[in-house]
Amino acid sequence: MSEKILYALGGVAAILLGRNLLVMLTGLPDEAFQGAIFRIIFFHVPAAFTCFLCFFASLVLGITYLKTKNLRYDSMAVSVTEVGLAFGAANLISGMIWARIIWGIWWTWDWRLTSMLICWLLYAGYLVLRSAIEEPTERARLSSVMLIFSFSVVPFVFFSIKWFRTQHPQPVLYGEGKMDSAYRAMLYGNWLPLLMLAFVLISVRYLQERRQRELDAMRRAVHSL
Amino acid sequence: MTRFLRQTWIVMAKDLRSELRTKEALNASLSFALVILLLFSFAFNPTSDLTREISGGLLWLVFAFAGALILNRSFARELPNDCLDALIASPVSGAALFTGKALASYVLLAAIEAVCLPVFGVFYNVRWTQQPLWLALVLLLASWGIAVVGTVFSALTVNMRLRELMLPMLVYPMLIPCLMAAMQLTTPILAGEPVQGDLMAWVRLLIGFDIIFTALAVVLIDTVLVG
Repeated sequence: MSEKILYALGGVAAILLGRNLLVMLTGLPDEAFQGAIFRIIFFHVPAAFTCFLCFFASLVLGITYLKTKNLRYDSMAVSVTEVGLAFGAANLISGMIWARIIWGIWWTWDWRLTSMLICWLLYAGYLVLRSAIEEPTERARLSSVMLIFSFSVVPFVFFSIKWFRTQHPQPVLYGEGKMDSAYRAMLYGNWLPLLMLAFVLISVRYLQERRQRELDAMRRAVHSL
Repeated sequence: MTRFLRQTWIVMAKDLRSELRTKEALNASLSFALVILLLFSFAFNPTSDLTREISGGLLWLVFAFAGALILNRSFARELPNDCLDALIASPVSGAALFTGKALASYVLLAAIEAVCLPVFGVFYNVRWTQQPLWLALVLLLASWGIAVVGTVFSALTVNMRLRELMLPMLVYPMLIPCLMAAMQLTTPILAGEPVQGDLMAWVRLLIGFDIIFTALAVVLIDTVLVG
């Protein structure tokens, strides 16, 4: 895909986000119990969805790399994971701001908070692992294995921590929580531009990775002369 | 199958023999564990009731730290004289090589635990012999989890610079469910409370963790070692 289309898509995402922000601040009433701060949910929840979508995609790409040995999939996997980590950080930080207002503390060792933090650390470990290996095919192979292990730990993390602590609000889109339809529409309506943003970031990052590979190949060719 | 078991046994015996001759990982890990046990006494009042409430957590932190030292050596031991390449080229299957090495680390880890436990009991006034069978079960299950995940990552990080740093950094987040279950179980076991009801969920979690990660490790070890 040409870069112009990418930047255009990013522009559309920015416009949509601006429009959503305007509607959030002027069009939607404050939530009855939480007041104005509840609006953070329109970024907090979609960021979490995007983050886990990215982590799942990185698992698929990691397995695909191991099957095909095509370095393209490794580049995709690292791009997707990095953007997933950024959205995970957005989720954690927005949640902390919300907690400071509603709970009065920045952080509590609640299961959702803790499990999200552990997931984030697991995937941050993937990036550290990559930075420690020079040789591209070895890096791709070992980091793909790391992706499979990381994703296998995630369900354990969620179950184990859930068994002994909970304070986070119940999920509003599924399960016991409830949500007004206007809020719900805004939640999904804001997820769309965030997904577009994630797609643009992943693509830009992938292009960088590809150029890096081309540069490395040229460097090797020059050295061999 | 007998071939697999024999190869596993040979790899394990080789690892244990070379470790027992040099004792480098065993000595380092044991003295490190004792130093941590000593340091904990400064972090809080070691004679108070608080100790009983956090005893499980303390114990498993010591084991996890000591385990990282042992697991670091598991594959790093094969680096001099290109022994690792020779092992990979030998007719031993990757799964047998991995299982043998994991078992060797498991035995060493169990030895460290067997030494640390009485020391812990003496220093912190914890009566650890009240439910020996349950304690042994938790130690065996959680140590196997540490050994399996640690051995895979030992193989994964063996050729890296900063290997000693990378292994604990990658392994500890992976081990959180296993360590947490072990901590949640060890504290009531040391306090003499019966293991039943909700606590059984942690036992099941440990068993599930061990099975899934053993299977995953055996499947992926060839990819890690050869590609």
